[in-house]
Amino acid sequence: MIRIIDATKSFYGNKVLDKVSISFDAGKTNLIIGRSGSGKTVLLKSLVGLLELDSGEIWYDKTRFDILDFKKKKTIRKEIGMLFQGSALFDSMTVEENVMFKLDMFTGMSQAEKKKRVDYCLERVDIREANQLFPSELSGGMRKRVAIARAIVLNPSFLFCDEPNSGLDPETAILIDKLIKDITDEYKMTTIVNTHDMNSVMEIGEKVMFISNGIKQWEGTNRDILRSDCKALNDFVFASELTRQLKH
Amino acid sequence: MNLIEAIGRYFIFLGKSFRRPEKHRVYYHQTVKELINLGVNSIGIVIVISAFMGAAITLQTAYNTDNPIYPRYLIGLGCRDSIILEFASTMVALILAGKVGSHIASEIGTMRITEQIDALEIMGVNTISYLLLPKIVATVIFFPFLTLISITVGIFGGWLSAVSTGVVSSPDFIYGIQYAFVPYYITYSLIKTVVFAFIISTVSGFQGFYVTGGSLEVGKASTRSVVYSCILILLFNLVLTQLLLS
Repeated sequence: MIRIIDATKSFYGNKVLDKVSISFDAGKTNLIIGRSGSGKTVLLKSLVGLLELDSGEIWYDKTRFDILDFKKKKTIRKEIGMLFQGSALFDSMTVEENVMFKLDMFTGMSQAEKKKRVDYCLERVDIREANQLFPSELSGGMRKRVAIARAIVLNPSFLFCDEPNSGLDPETAILIDKLIKDITDEYKMTTIVNTHDMNSVMEIGEKVMFISNGIKQWEGTNRDILRSDCKALNDFVFASELTRQLKH
Repeated sequence: MNLIEAIGRYFIFLGKSFRRPEKHRVYYHQTVKELINLGVNSIGIVIVISAFMGAAITLQTAYNTDNPIYPRYLIGLGCRDSIILEFASTMVALILAGKVGSHIASEIGTMRITEQIDALEIMGVNTISYLLLPKIVATVIFFPFLTLISITVGIFGGWLSAVSTGVVSSPDFIYGIQYAFVPYYITYSLIKTVVFAFIISTVSGFQGFYVTGGSLEVGKASTRSVVYSCILILLFNLVLTQLLLS
């Protein structure tokens, strides 16, 4: 389980996270939702150690992550897979090299073993015959899939996804969401997804946290959202006139 | 960021770049890639510039020493020493600061703004060392070869221009480039090149690594890397000349 306790973070005096405390359920797909600029990405980047909190604690099971040094963090980071908003594939490497990178860096596997593992992961995300292509030759959806394959190549215990379906058409977005959910269930991972896409919330949100102005406003399941009386959440979810009418 | 803070950050950055590599084999492959990207791919520009500069130096020397009291072989000698002492190391380094320096800064800067560096960090990779060390090793190893190529091509360009324009005869020019030759000048030139290679790779890497913002900032970092590298090259040229030739 991952926990964040009383997390506070400011940039140039502007408070982006204000005493946020959340527990993410182990083995489930946890969603952080909120408007653009609400602090979701800062929260996610703080969880993986890309940003340092001004105050607060981050726990991975029984280990307090935020106070560890680089070497000790590395042990936990090997258990982390992350899918970035823009996929963050390495431009200078082929699809195969991108997915193989972690195996090259952190395992003593033979070339044949690595190749087998890479092929398995690419097949798992439905990427075939693209091993020798470069990221610039892939579509947005394919890039996301390769990024997922790269994230799961070392069988991580934790998967973080920052806006996994931004820039994708609704159909591809749902396919990516389903892939994330399937992989979470298959590998029994704890997955945390940042999104403001309500399709994702309804599709895969086993546990949903709503953040607004750096404060956690609401927590529940995707089904609870429809019955919630949290005004900030309702304003966010039922933003359009049509959805408001549908709710009533 | 003020100057003192920037210098401090630069040295911390350097310290991190020399940390023990996670996997030597991966770093070795990366270094080979950089040798090709930063070194082999620069041979063409070095050859072209050196040939023309050698030719121009020869003609300038010839037209400025067009007096019977100067022996004609001095043109060859002047061409040789100008190229070995200054052009092949300093001038080529300034040109490489533009080509290689901007390449390094824009490559690392783009990796930063597209979150590729964040992806490496999350994997637990020592990003500074992984991105910079192969580039430092590649430039420090390969730039001296570029200097030797520049010396050879520059002198050849000088000979070609001398012979083709008739300002000096081929035997006089060849006598000149052999006359009073000091082998230490080559060593001096190579030492300078190694230092300049280090400056170009680390200053450009530093500028690229700390980019924040978007593509405009990557462009600015790339420009800064060239400007700062050039200033440091000229500064160290002065310091090394005083240290090594006095």
